[in-house]
Amino acid sequence: METLNYRNKAQQRAKGSKRQVIVGVVASGNLEVLAERVLPDTDCEVDIRTAAEGFGEVWQAVVADFVERRSPGGLKFSINDGGARPDTVALRLAQAVSAIEGERT
Amino acid sequence: MTTWNNAQSLRDSRKRAGAPYAQGKCVARKDTTALLEAVIRPGDRVCLEGDNQKQADLLATALAAVNKDKVHDLHMVQSGVVLPEHLDLFELGIAKRLDYAYSGPQSQRIAKLLFGGKIELGAVHTYLELFARYYVDLTPQVALIAAVSADREGNLYTGPNTEDTPAIVEATAFKDGIVIAQVNEIVDKLPRVDIPGDWVDFVIESGKPFYVEPLFTRDPGAITETQILTAMLAIKGIYAPYGVQRLNHGIGFNTAAIELLLPTYGERLGLKGKIASRWALNPHPTLIPAIESGWVQQIHSFGSEVGMDDYIRARPDVFFTGPDGSLRSNRAFSQVAGLYACDMFIGSTLQIDLQGNSSTVTADRVAGFGGAPNMGSDARGRRHPSQPWLQAGKEADPDSPAALRRGRKLVVQIGETFGDKNAPLFVENLDALKLAEKLDLDLAPVMVYGDDVTHIVTEEGIANLLLCRNNDEREHAIRGVAGYTEVGRGRDKKLVQQLRERGVIRRPEDLGIDPLDADRRLLAARSIKDLVRWSGDLYAPPSKFRNW
Repeated sequence: METLNYRNKAQQRAKGSKRQVIVGVVASGNLEVLAERVLPDTDCEVDIRTAAEGFGEVWQAVVADFVERRSPGGLKFSINDGGARPDTVALRLAQAVSAIEGERT
Repeated sequence: MTTWNNAQSLRDSRKRAGAPYAQGKCVARKDTTALLEAVIRPGDRVCLEGDNQKQADLLATALAAVNKDKVHDLHMVQSGVVLPEHLDLFELGIAKRLDYAYSGPQSQRIAKLLFGGKIELGAVHTYLELFARYYVDLTPQVALIAAVSADREGNLYTGPNTEDTPAIVEATAFKDGIVIAQVNEIVDKLPRVDIPGDWVDFVIESGKPFYVEPLFTRDPGAITETQILTAMLAIKGIYAPYGVQRLNHGIGFNTAAIELLLPTYGERLGLKGKIASRWALNPHPTLIPAIESGWVQQIHSFGSEVGMDDYIRARPDVFFTGPDGSLRSNRAFSQVAGLYACDMFIGSTLQIDLQGNSSTVTADRVAGFGGAPNMGSDARGRRHPSQPWLQAGKEADPDSPAALRRGRKLVVQIGETFGDKNAPLFVENLDALKLAEKLDLDLAPVMVYGDDVTHIVTEEGIANLLLCRNNDEREHAIRGVAGYTEVGRGRDKKLVQQLRERGVIRRPEDLGIDPLDADRRLLAARSIKDLVRWSGDLYAPPSKFRNW
């Protein structure tokens, strides 16, 4: 088990007012993301617990792109990873923002 | 004085040697090995029928049981090395040399035997080129084939899984070889004749159906959102703009997703009747919803697919069927159809390098090719025009005069940037190269050559290699859709951005696709059970796919 933590500056605050959402499931090749609106508006934190070790560089790149594209200011993400591939990670993170911003349910 | 009929004399003596075991042409199952020992001579070229689907399994077992003092040093020339017996032949010293095309399940063991020097490898072929060589320099002296039933004259009914049989039998029977068929049963009257009896020398009733692998069945339940995203990109970014009507699909989950998106996403885009109507394709269960929704005009198949026979029989307007109503497949003709009459091949692969070469071998597996390299290559002998072919040719070579410009087949590789166990799809060097070095092969086993590939689709977008004007652009078009793999992270961001502005790379947002729309609810069927329902209960999936 590896734990990773990334803090990035976001361009702007995530829209909406929901306090927290969970998307995904903990399963092999999948992951669960808890998003919480608990940080200052320009901060973003991603906390990862993963079963697959040695993918730090990939995680860092995925998270950096995600923050740049989605601008999830004020959100803390906690990820329970079951060995998901980067495309799934990016998708779940995007789904989490979309859900907390209230675009979709 | 020259004699001109040595081969005929040899054939006659082989037949005489086998005759004591036969009543007419029929040989009892218990005498199969004795028959083979009588007919086959040391050093013979033998074709033991089997490919990625059907298997002459009884004859494989019988051949592996021959006395190797009598039968040895055989040169096996066959499509598939699939059954354990196919390799037992080499371990036991019955066979020595091998020319083949495909070895899915035995890919690891075949590699071991190659390393250990137990097999002298001729070459790994595509199906079509191996068939071609049956007529030039690899003509079998003995063919061991499989059919559903025979009559007492030796006429054969191959059923829906005709596959390689006609190509093998024609080469053998008309060049003085011996044809031995295993059949499930001997009957008085055949439903139809697929192989005429005077091309067949001996028939053995096996008492049970020959083995068929359900290789083309993909459970919609296992299709991921990312695969759906790649399917949306392909449909909107390639099928639609080129207007691809005639095509072949690989067996991966990405293309299964495309099949299942036609009646939903494709319909919504207004593409019904405009794309994907004519196919060289096995009867993929995942195509059932598109067929039922009226998308598909016609399908010619390499083989059948387990459980699809009743459905096919009920849809003769779509499939090729015989007077008896069942499917007539033919691998050689369908491969030719895929090579010359299709405007697109789209399939998944395991590794793609920076030139766009792709391969499904890994360092310790020699999987072989099957048919993909024929489908996935530009047919240089093609002369008939079609819209997608002309358009692709124009993109590759805009400056030549149109009347002298070759068209191009669309050869599309589709996949997620990371595969099973987080293995990257994109690599600096193919494992195939390491394997070629280890085995001292002249050629690395490349599935699709980079200069044939026109598009690469991943969740990150589409790279159109037709529009690349030099190697540097090509490399960065590939890096630009390689996601977070090392190859992808090694991109020059500015160059990739320029390629995107020119439409060489197109992101989901460039095509108006929101990755969050890639939802499993878009699939016309989300389970095998859904497929059964779509088929009106005509599709009978094999038990391993029944999870309800």
